[in-house]
Amino acid sequence: MSNYPLISLAIWTPILVGLAVLATGSDRNAPLARMLALAGAIVGLLVTIPLWTGFDVSSAGMQFVELRAWIPGFNINYHLGVDGISMLFVLLNSFITIIVVLAGWEVIQQKVAQYNAAFLIMSGLMNGIFTSLDGILFYVFFEASLIPMYLIIGVWGGPNRVYAALKFFLYTLFGSLLFLLALMYLFIQSGGSFSILDWHKLPIALGSQIWLFLAFLIAFAVKVPMWPVHTWLPDAHVEAPTGGSIVLAAIALKLGAYGFLRFSLPITPDASHELSGLVIALSLIAVVYIGFVALVQSDMKKLVAYSSIAHMGFVTLGFFMFSAMGIEGALVQMVSHGFVSGAMFFCIGVMYDRVHSRQIADYGGVVNTMPKFAALFMLFSMANAGLPATSGFVGEFMVILAAVKFNFWVAFAAATSLIVGAAYTLWMYKRVIFGDVANHHVAELSDINNREFLILGVLAICTLWMGLYPEPFTEVMHASVNDLLRHVAISKIQ
Amino acid sequence: MEMQKLYLLVPLAPLCGAIIAGLFCRVIPRWLAHTVTIAGVAASFVASVIIFNDVQAGNAYNGSVYTWMTSGDYKFEVGFLIDSLTTTMMLVVTFVSLMVHIYTIGYMQEDPGYNRFFSYISLFTFSMLMLVMANNFMQLFFGWEAVGLVSYLLIGFWYTRPTAIFANMKAFLVNRVGDFGFILGIGLVLAHFGTLDYATVFQKAPEMASTKIDLFGAGSAVSLMTATCICLFIGAMGKSAQVPLHVWLPDSMEGPTPISALIHAATMVTAGIFMVARTSPLFELSTTALSFVIVIGAITALFMGFLGIIQNDIKRVVAYSTLSQLGYMTVALGASAYSVAIFHLMTHAFFKALLFLAAGSVIIGMHHEQDIRQMGGLRKYMPITWITSLIGSLALIGTPFLSGFYSKDSIIEAVALSHIPGAGFAYFAVIAGVFVTAFYSFRMYFLVFHGEERFGKVHAEHHGSHDDDNSSAHDHHHGLAPGQKPHETPWVVWLPLVLLAIPSLALGFITIGPMVFGDYFKGAIFIDHQAHPAMSHFSEHFHGAVAMGIHSLTTLPFILALSGVLTAWFFYMKRPDIPAAIQRRFSAINTLFENKYYFDKINEFVFAGGARLLGKALWRGGDVATIDGVMVNGSAKLVGFVASITRVFQTGYVYHYAFTMIIGLVAMISWFVLRALPLNAY
Repeated sequence: MSNYPLISLAIWTPILVGLAVLATGSDRNAPLARMLALAGAIVGLLVTIPLWTGFDVSSAGMQFVELRAWIPGFNINYHLGVDGISMLFVLLNSFITIIVVLAGWEVIQQKVAQYNAAFLIMSGLMNGIFTSLDGILFYVFFEASLIPMYLIIGVWGGPNRVYAALKFFLYTLFGSLLFLLALMYLFIQSGGSFSILDWHKLPIALGSQIWLFLAFLIAFAVKVPMWPVHTWLPDAHVEAPTGGSIVLAAIALKLGAYGFLRFSLPITPDASHELSGLVIALSLIAVVYIGFVALVQSDMKKLVAYSSIAHMGFVTLGFFMFSAMGIEGALVQMVSHGFVSGAMFFCIGVMYDRVHSRQIADYGGVVNTMPKFAALFMLFSMANAGLPATSGFVGEFMVILAAVKFNFWVAFAAATSLIVGAAYTLWMYKRVIFGDVANHHVAELSDINNREFLILGVLAICTLWMGLYPEPFTEVMHASVNDLLRHVAISKIQ
Repeated sequence: MEMQKLYLLVPLAPLCGAIIAGLFCRVIPRWLAHTVTIAGVAASFVASVIIFNDVQAGNAYNGSVYTWMTSGDYKFEVGFLIDSLTTTMMLVVTFVSLMVHIYTIGYMQEDPGYNRFFSYISLFTFSMLMLVMANNFMQLFFGWEAVGLVSYLLIGFWYTRPTAIFANMKAFLVNRVGDFGFILGIGLVLAHFGTLDYATVFQKAPEMASTKIDLFGAGSAVSLMTATCICLFIGAMGKSAQVPLHVWLPDSMEGPTPISALIHAATMVTAGIFMVARTSPLFELSTTALSFVIVIGAITALFMGFLGIIQNDIKRVVAYSTLSQLGYMTVALGASAYSVAIFHLMTHAFFKALLFLAAGSVIIGMHHEQDIRQMGGLRKYMPITWITSLIGSLALIGTPFLSGFYSKDSIIEAVALSHIPGAGFAYFAVIAGVFVTAFYSFRMYFLVFHGEERFGKVHAEHHGSHDDDNSSAHDHHHGLAPGQKPHETPWVVWLPLVLLAIPSLALGFITIGPMVFGDYFKGAIFIDHQAHPAMSHFSEHFHGAVAMGIHSLTTLPFILALSGVLTAWFFYMKRPDIPAAIQRRFSAINTLFENKYYFDKINEFVFAGGARLLGKALWRGGDVATIDGVMVNGSAKLVGFVASITRVFQTGYVYHYAFTMIIGLVAMISWFVLRALPLNAY
């Protein structure tokens, strides 16, 4: 296979370009900053493509592994690698970075270099999270990625950004402290190793597993976010600029879910089985409860934020049924949600840029003035409601089918999203897009320009591709997911 | 090899048309949009005819096109199952679609969304073909949802009309309730059969017949087949508009008339009927599920027919008639007469598409007037529409020797011979339904084409009680100006009427022998003749189409149909005061009918209102008050409280800090030292 350190390139290309963008400084050089950022994002995606094309689908192990000593005193290593679970997220993340740079092209006129740099650096850090095989390295990337997001909300955010930032901070701090404690415990138990792969093999008594599992659960549940630690997300979305919302929904939410597969299931398999009922219950609450909450939102961004939580409920549900189709369905749902929720937030951004309101009541009849936009928004709304031939269907379908086999009534509860998900999405669409022109703001709207059309068009192609032919996406997962399931089936209690 | 390319051509030709007309709808001229879409559907129709002949020659096909996805032990494929059931549906879909495409040239000529409309109806044709040609449940579900999407887009085609955009959302959501059951049914199939491929599932079905599952807790032991079939049928109830999921269909009349004919009468709404016939090897294994099917069908057939009597919007009369006829098909399914259900599906597709398109022709002739009380005497002005409407109505009520007669009488016969629980009620419903059908059909016919010419007046005499039903008409209300006369429609409009009238007249007579009693369906439909002998008894009575027609002249259905027509004639031609008197006399029943048994009100209040209320309660009470109010902001307040205490110690004097640091250092050193010393050192 390739001798290039591809994963390091995927991490450090955007970070270094981000620093270069930062160096362009003031807004007088804004065009240069934008071009540089776009070039960096594109190169960042290009270097990740060999990860997919060169990926060995028959292997369950880590691929493209890089291992160097980092802090030898504590046996901390710069240890990177991808498997069938993480590889797609590196690509998704690098892809979304391009979308985000383009999304802020005309809208962001203040501190352009800093804005683009924040996104590029964050992109590199998040690639680091998905590929770290060392606990401390993971933790460093995990925490570091919060800083750019914090700045994006704090600097380019809306009027209520202080409250949102405080909430964001309180929640994540709470989670990550417990996570750090768990890492320390594992370090001691394993006799001084921070290797996540070593931890997978580590025998742990059930009592300790339960504590570890709960620590992981709280850390990751905040990120996903799962009910009842989800209330930071709607506020963060509402205050974040469009690009921030796209990254938050498309990538940041996936970090917590990814953590379940990399830490919870393999390190504490017995506790995972023991407490799967709890996680499934929380997931179903997310699907049903949050669905109804989304129905009554009057702010479009809040509505889509709540719908994200409901969709992520499918992800955690899929993980904890311990079946191949459940886990693969959840992974497909994560990738699809990256495209669809990213597109939904961008669509809302398109309208916000023109009218400066996110309130559903301020719109009506947008189709009359923005027909091209309305058609694309329709596609993504349908994908959000899980219509077949869009990516939104595939994951939900797989998880529901896996759930019927697991327990009919779990599937029954999950399948209500077919109705409720369609209800909140289409009701919003109806009130915003259909009808007569509601006011002079809508009457003066101009349809999407070429840049906006390009972004939505590319996302539409991804959504349809994954809906019509998901095999290339699931194909890479099989070996790793089956290996994980075999691993989880074996007790670690000695 | 050649045939397989042809199979692909059938759905893809309309899809290409839809893509060209849709993506470039604002660039290409109108003639190009209708030419490419009509060419696509015509190619699809011709290919369907060739495939039909090929299948008749004994070349059925079952194979996959590509692997959609694999996961775990499961493989999901996109593929075609081409047998006589499929080809029947392909011919019906492509023929009616072609007629509707041609008709649309005339009907939509003044509409600014002309190209978009052609794109949608071609996309619909593609979706429907994918549905009927599927060889597995996954693809079936794809087609199922795709036709739902296009239906949604077309009901809301005039997207500025509030009633239209309410109706399309309602249609989508009610269908989603059905899909909720449907996907659980598909899940049960996958969980217990390990595949979604029809052929494998049907082959394994007999050995699963006695499998029990603990659906309601340990030991509840529900039959797997019953649970699966009822779940699947809930899907059919949504798509094929069976009570109580029928509420979307009357409102779907908000869409342009061509799609009412194509989607909401001839094809899409019959998808549920098709699905049950296709999965007959499963339904045959559960008498409980079949009883459920027959009872739901019977309720729909009779009670939706009643509502047709009091409608005054020409399209809504036909819509309720469609509901009632779908009930008939469902009853046939419940009686294990799958071939009869498909037979009625086919004849109904032609005569109901004809009735809808004729209604559309009347609407054009009347300048977008839809209230039948404002019409009358149109036979003089619109002769072709008049004659074809008469043919359609006669076929619908089951006039001997016409298409509808053979299919409807077969249903009645099959139900009479069925012995499953619920068949007795179903027999009563379908028999009573004959009178009701004849009455409302000819009430409409007489009010529109005969009697006094009531058009061209100012419509001031609208009664408040009817406004609910006619809300659709108000938006598009033009009507004829005083003195203006209706006119016959252009040839693109009446030609499809004529072409649909021919099968409405003759198709039943020609095809009943092979389709219902012959081996036309071969292996496509499975009946357990031991358990459900209705069909085998029925074929013993059959002595050819001519004998059946002659024999019927002395039977109850014919007498009921005739008396229905005569009653309608007497009430609306001779003594128009009688219906009004009846309305006054039985005002309670009239109110019940006018409110459509209060289904809409209950749905709006209980389900839509309840969901919003629940959402508000969970949001305000759960998220805002409990989680944010107590937990999050509570901990923030706690932090603030602790901070306010610690603030006391932050005096700002350097010596305070230095003193504290020294105390702390001493304390820490003492602790470490004491800890490091082993206890036994003392």
